Amino acid sequence: MSFFPYAVAAWLLAIGLYGIVTSRNLVHLVICMTVVQSSTYILLLAMGYRTNGKAPIFADIPVGTKVVDPVVQALTLVDVVVEATVTALLLALAVQAHKRFGSINPDDLHPLEG
Amino acid sequence: MSRRARTALFLVSAVIVLIVVVAGFAGLPDFGHYKGPYGKVLALFSVPQRQTTDVVTAVNFDYRAFDTMGEEFILFAAVLGLAVVLRSMRDERERPSHEASDEHRFAEASSLLGLFGTLLVGPALVLGMYIVTHGVLTPGGGFQGGLILAAALLIVFLAGEYLGMKLIAPHAMVEFGEAAGAAGYVLVGVGGLIFSAVFFKNFIPFGSAGHILSGGTMPISNIAVGLEVAGAFALLWTEFMDQALVIRGS
Repeated sequence: MSFFPYAVAAWLLAIGLYGIVTSRNLVHLVICMTVVQSSTYILLLAMGYRTNGKAPIFADIPVGTKVVDPVVQALTLVDVVVEATVTALLLALAVQAHKRFGSINPDDLHPLEG
Repeated sequence: MSRRARTALFLVSAVIVLIVVVAGFAGLPDFGHYKGPYGKVLALFSVPQRQTTDVVTAVNFDYRAFDTMGEEFILFAAVLGLAVVLRSMRDERERPSHEASDEHRFAEASSLLGLFGTLLVGPALVLGMYIVTHGVLTPGGGFQGGLILAAALLIVFLAGEYLGMKLIAPHAMVEFGEAAGAAGYVLVGVGGLIFSAVFFKNFIPFGSAGHILSGGTMPISNIAVGLEVAGAFALLWTEFMDQALVIRGS
């Protein structure tokens, strides 16, 4: 099953995009976006995995031990935190959209007025 | 565009995207057989070269510290944008706190929840600080520890004390913490420029691996990032809760 994690990443991408396109609720839409984003985490972490590799922390294992790739882990780690704040920004926009239009269905939002 | 047409368009494009994705994934290494050389090299050199036992921290705060600065400012800009989007609008006013101080206690927190919340705040703060300061040794660092620190504030809120939360972390202080963290991280980079002529070069002696102050500038960067992340998320909680509790349409 060496392709299984990649299949999960592709599935999350597809299901997240489907959710975004068919969404009737801005909050739901934002959460779907985070699903799409989590597919990139799965992809990164799956790609960097080495069979039987240990975590790249040498506090209690000798240098030279087979470890999984630390670079993709570092990328994922930072992005998880940054993504949370971007999600919050989008949710804030949803709050204001609800105040302005009285609805959070994306179909009910009107074009911007000057 | 009608929902039907939109969904149809999506399904057609999704098939195309899927074909591209599968073709791309086919070129990836088999699961468990990653070939990238950088991770291997860094795993071998991070301890002898940087005296850092957590390679992930060494990557984030030393080898690619400059990129982390960029990412940190995405976080900064996102929270700044949130504060702008959620400001009091023209036709809104902020309720004076004495007017509705009882309503600040949301749906009344049960006394048990209040008790455990109060008991948990201290340990959560200690854990957060531990994670921030031990980033160079074990899994953790500024990003994770900062989040735990901000979560401690949420526990105060859960215990039914929104006003208490604002008392511990007033708006101005939270904003200052976030900005100071961001500035501190940049200053570490400028320090590299001043003392070693390279932006973000690690200019402090590395010490010895396994020691809490090993890794040169990394412990400082971790504290700066921890401060920024904790400030950013605390600001985020406050802004959303103000929307729910304080700001009212006229």
